[in-house]
This record gives sequence, structure tokens and C-alpha cells, in this order.
Amino acid sequence: MPKQQANWSPYDNNGGSCVAVAGADYCVIAADTRMSTGYIILTRDYSKICKLADKCVMASSGFQADVKALQKHLAARHLIYQHQHSKQMSCPAMAQLLSNTLYYKRFFPYYSFNVLGGLDNEGKGCVFTYDAVGSYEKVGYSSQGSGSTLIMPFLDNQLKSPSPLLLPVQDAVTPLAEAEAVDLVKTVFASASERDIYTGDKLEIVVINADGIRREYMDLRKD
Amino acid sequence: MQKCIKNGPLAQLLNAKKAYPVRPEPWKGPPTVSYRKMFRNQYDTDVTTWSPAGRLFQVEYAMEAVKQGSAAIGLRSKTHIVLGCVNKANSELSSHQKKIFKVDDHIGVAIAGLTADGRVLSRYMRNECINYSFTYESPLPVGRLVVQLADKAQVCTQRSWKRPYGVGLLVAGLDESGAHLYYNCPSGNYFEYQAFAIGSRSQAAKTYLERKFENFTDASRDDLVKDALMAIRETLQGETLKSSVCTIAVVGVGEPFHILDQGTVQQMIDAFEIVGEQEGPAAEPDAAAGQEASAEPEQGAAAGEGVAPMDI
Repeated sequence: MPKQQANWSPYDNNGGSCVAVAGADYCVIAADTRMSTGYIILTRDYSKICKLADKCVMASSGFQADVKALQKHLAARHLIYQHQHSKQMSCPAMAQLLSNTLYYKRFFPYYSFNVLGGLDNEGKGCVFTYDAVGSYEKVGYSSQGSGSTLIMPFLDNQLKSPSPLLLPVQDAVTPLAEAEAVDLVKTVFASASERDIYTGDKLEIVVINADGIRREYMDLRKD
Repeated sequence: MQKCIKNGPLAQLLNAKKAYPVRPEPWKGPPTVSYRKMFRNQYDTDVTTWSPAGRLFQVEYAMEAVKQGSAAIGLRSKTHIVLGCVNKANSELSSHQKKIFKVDDHIGVAIAGLTADGRVLSRYMRNECINYSFTYESPLPVGRLVVQLADKAQVCTQRSWKRPYGVGLLVAGLDESGAHLYYNCPSGNYFEYQAFAIGSRSQAAKTYLERKFENFTDASRDDLVKDALMAIRETLQGETLKSSVCTIAVVGVGEPFHILDQGTVQQMIDAFEIVGEQEGPAAEPDAAAGQEASAEPEQGAAAGEGVAPMDI
């Protein structure tokens, strides 16, 4: 009898894409609302975006059961922080917490590809991008998920500053206005929905700025 | 030699009260006074030692510690619970100790006694609420929390290497079955109350609450806060009631647990002190005066000559 391999996996990929873009005084976080498994659509109306703190929002694609568990874990940790410090966690602090939480399960990871977006202590937009085991980086924009291979090059084309080797390094945060950034995100998802089968149905956009948090929806292709 | 100086210095030295514990005297037969007076000191070394009368003195001493702490009061209506406490700072230079803690959006606690013990128990309660919410995605019912707290206190009354918690807790919480106010003792007992006061000079507040409690069930939120302030004033016994000497917290339907800020409290104090000690019908003019005062927050804050130097 030939050696048998494990044919049950604790993981599944529910698909979907997430994007975050940081501005001078705002941050845009967006994700589609389609949840699928294989070629089946489980639901067209599932939010991948979670508010972790007053000025900190996370979008995650991957295995949604792990995403949910991760969100609950972070919410509980945030409550403890609030009790101890009598204030909300800042976005950079939450970024580090998320990284540590992910690495804690280095040998049975959360199958969750996250982008964290929000305002830092000075009110400037910040975006943090992660891999499944917690490696993270502060960037001006990022995308994760099934459509990221289509989305990221487009964002690079529109938002990336010229090479730092030739010119002085520019701030990663985009000089675009809030409305332009939201428009860019809508365009990006419309394009991704065309070719990525796991991305579509509806787009959920969350915008954080000094006034608070705002939520917007846009329809995407349903096929 | 028969001559010995009966009351001389040597005799005085030998007969003087010793500073160190002395071997008890030999048994002289059953005592002629009550056990309680005679043997209290013999059965109070350990929490795991019963007295002949069936009491655990260490637990009772722990309850004394609660009576020594500064006052805390709680009262509830059908929809709201108000907690209040007196802030006594050690000196004018220091800040006062935190005696009211938020445990969760729907539960808060006021403590009297050893505040360090209270802080530790608050941390335990917060943890329990977070864990319950995490597992059941719903708020921990208050009745469950106080039982867990009481069981935790009981453990300390039955372990020789522990001591009872020296803090009384007034737990205010809102759940599906309504508004609740509980009192948890160091003994591990807990009781539900319509209104209660603990700590030093709490009897004065209790007397006030006993007079007024029948009105509490249907009282409005603002009237409840006013009654809390009145009760606190009773414990101050003559000292002026200012927002710097007391802390008030409220939890109710549609209102997560929060501590009222000094400005709001001072306005409410000013509002009812103008009207004075009037019964029920004065509720209307009180509310009107309160709203008028809140329209001009500047005055309330500026009038805080009583604001302590290191107010948190």
C-alpha cells in the first residue's frame, strides 16, 4: 500500500480581495463582500472589514473562520488595553499587537491575509500590510487576497513614488485627496472583478478621517 | 530575709505587661464571662480556626476593614443604577484613590476597604466579562458574576495560607432581567439591594436611603443621581458637598457604564442645593434648573474653587 498523504486540511480559502490606501489626513480601507469556497459562492454579503479601535480598521482575506477568530482575539485584547490605559489603542500599537498575535501561531497559523489601516497619533493616514505569520511593514498603500496580483501593479502605477535611488525618498502617503483615493479604489475593484472570479458582488469602503469613520458601498459584477 | 519590697522597681519590672506573647495561664476552669469576650484573641490567629461560638474571627475582622474605608453608596431604579463614593485623599498634595471601576459596558463596581484588593478583584471581574463575551458573544449576566466573585472570596476563608479580601464591593449591572445592585462581602456572601451604603459613616447614608428607597424603582435617572448625591452628603456630616470630594457613575438602559465628569456633577450639586431639601414635587423645578445650568458649562467649571490640585 503506497504511503498515504493527509487529505483533510484544516484550512479553506474563502477568497476575496482587500485594499488600503493612506492619505495625508485620511485612510481608505476597502474589501469586496463575496465569500466563496472552491467554485461555489457561499454569500454575496459578508464583510471582511473589522473596526478594531476608534481610528484603526482591519480588512482580511483568506480563511474567514480564522479571520473571525483573529478579530475576536484582537477585540478582547483591545478591551484589556482600554481598562488598563483608559484610552483607545493607536493604529501603530494595534499594528504591533496584530503582528505578535499572528506570530504566536507561527506553527499553526491564522490563514488570514491582513491590511490594517487608520490614523496614527498625529492624524496622518497609515497602512500596514501583513503576511499570514505576522511579518509587517508600514506602507502608503497595499492589497491582499485573491485579486491582489491584479490590484497591486495598478496601485503601484498610480501611487508609487519614483525610485528612491534616483530622486530623494518621498513620503509613502499619497498626496491624493480623499475623494480621489475613494474613486481610485472603486476603479481598482471594478477592474479586479473582471478577471478574478473570487472578487465581486459588492464593494465595502471604509474611510477614516478626523471626523470619524464613514462607510460606503458600491455594486460590483455578480458573475 | 522576709523583707522584700512589694512595689519596688524590681517588682514593677517583673509584674509589668510584657511586649512579647506570653505562655497562656494554666486552665483555671470554665470561664465566668462570655466566650466572646474571653477567648476572641485565642481563635483569631488563623482564618481556618473556628471559635467555640462557631465564628471565623479573621473573616469578621476583614469585614471591619470594609467599615474603615471611605463610603460608597449605590441605588437603583427599574432602568438605571447609580454608584457614588467619597474621595478622601491622604493629603492636599496627593490625588485620591480610584474607588469606582468600569468592569464592562453593562457592569461597574464601587469598593470600600483595601483598595488594592478591590483593584485586583476588578481586574478579575473584567477578565471574566471579556472571556464570557468572547465565548458567548453576549454580556455576562450580573448575577453570574457576583456568584463567581463570592466563590472567589470564599476560597480565601478556607485556606490557611490565604487571607480574606479586605474589600466590600457594590456591583451595579444591567442585564436581560433588569437593573441590579449587589453587595459582595469578604465573607463570600452576597446580597441584592435596592439601595445600600458601605464604608465609614455609611449608617447616615443608609438612614437616608431607607427613608427614600420606595421612590427609587420608578425614579428618573436624574432624580436617582440627585438621591445619590444627597446620600453622599449625609456621610460627609457637615462638610460641604463638592464635586471634588465625590465620584458618581451611572449605568442604565441605553447608557453604558461611565463615570460622570466633575463639571456635570458640580452642576447637579448646584441645582439641588439651590432648591434645598424638598420632597417629590420639587423634581420638576430641579430638572429645569439642571438643564439651565448645563447650557452654561463655563460657569460650572469656573465655580470649582473646590477642585483638588491633583484631580484625575
